[in-house]
Amino acid sequence: MSDFSFWIILKNLVWATQWTIYLSLIAFVGGGIVGLILLFLRTSQIRWLEIPTKLYIEFFQGTPLLMQLFLFFFGVALFGLEVSPWMAAGLALTLWTSAFLTEIWRGCVEAIPKGQWEASGSLAMSYIEQMRYVILPQAMRIAIAPTVGFSVQVIKGTALASIIGFVELTKAGTMLNNATFRPFLVYALVALIYFGLCFPLSWYAKRLEGKLNVAR
Amino acid sequence: MTYHLEFSALLPYWQDLAWGLWFTIVLTVVSTIAGIAVGTLGASARTFGPKWLGAIVRVYVELIRNTPFIVQLFFIFFGLPALGIRLSETTAAFIAMVVNLGAYSTEIIRAGIDAIPKGHIEAGVSLAMTRLEVLRHIVLRQAFAKIYPALSSQIVIVMLGSAVVSQISAPDLTYAANFIQSRNFRAFEVYFVVALIYLLLSILLRYVLRLIGDRFVRVG
Repeated sequence: MSDFSFWIILKNLVWATQWTIYLSLIAFVGGGIVGLILLFLRTSQIRWLEIPTKLYIEFFQGTPLLMQLFLFFFGVALFGLEVSPWMAAGLALTLWTSAFLTEIWRGCVEAIPKGQWEASGSLAMSYIEQMRYVILPQAMRIAIAPTVGFSVQVIKGTALASIIGFVELTKAGTMLNNATFRPFLVYALVALIYFGLCFPLSWYAKRLEGKLNVAR
Repeated sequence: MTYHLEFSALLPYWQDLAWGLWFTIVLTVVSTIAGIAVGTLGASARTFGPKWLGAIVRVYVELIRNTPFIVQLFFIFFGLPALGIRLSETTAAFIAMVVNLGAYSTEIIRAGIDAIPKGHIEAGVSLAMTRLEVLRHIVLRQAFAKIYPALSSQIVIVMLGSAVVSQISAPDLTYAANFIQSRNFRAFEVYFVVALIYLLLSILLRYVLRLIGDRFVRVG
């Protein structure tokens, strides 16, 4: 009997893992796109573009992700907009991710020597051209390791979507626990599956970091 | 349908918010101190301890760093009673926070220790300092000065992460927000105001950590 339910629990958890992966991908890709746009605004040296971007980043980095999820899910619904857990989770996680990625990438852009800006500027390149052809290609190289590292935070962040009723790995764990009353087993398995998703990424990020340090 | 914002609906509940805020602050301060203590022990064990101990610490660090905090919390609160360890929601929240920050600070402090030139340790030993003295006065002192900024931002991240403890009914700021929201149905106002309180708290925390850093953590 106990063996039987072990396999059922595991099967359901693995099935639910796909939603964790989809949500992570949406947040990461969406956050990357928004983050890239914000990066351009943040490093544009135009005050009225920089200040709102700064405030945006400050808000999403300085408040709990859980609060952001609540604001999107419960808060926006009050204004008459129908918000599904999917939409709220996808949107909140995308914005949250974008704030962190912008800051990570800004660090990488600022690590590029000033001479690169001056040289490309003296070739009459516009700001966008400078970023596109000179700065970003170089910044990307140093950005890969911390970006991969941050993807781990995104996967872990999706666990909070369970609280607003999005059925992914953590929520499936809670539901299975309610049905089987085997919390120790269920949450241990949930933790192990997350570990299986995150550890390879952490390991890869660390390896990339090591490689980069040798190259320098 | 139009919705009119009514922030004054929060006023009757200011005491709930204040108590929740107090809990979040105490939780953060206690778990910061205990977590750094765990991290210092862990990092020392990994660098200077026997191999088997280092391996155990490594497994601990990787397990915690690669799983969500909420799962760790649920495991401690719902899972451990199966082994006969029954914890109150407050105790479980404190333990989960310390375990979590302990793992991150182990990794951060270890990086600081790794960055110290071997010659410094040898110099200390040749001055007839004991191992413990070398660890305290030479290794940890410099390591902390190096990694203090990283540790500070981890503390802020952990403080923000503590919002999750509301899910096991530990009475923190988010728990207060949920409670008020369930009473006055003013979800947007409540969560917006509480989000701003968290924002202020994280700005304040960063400021306090910087003051502490300027005062106590310096390369001697």
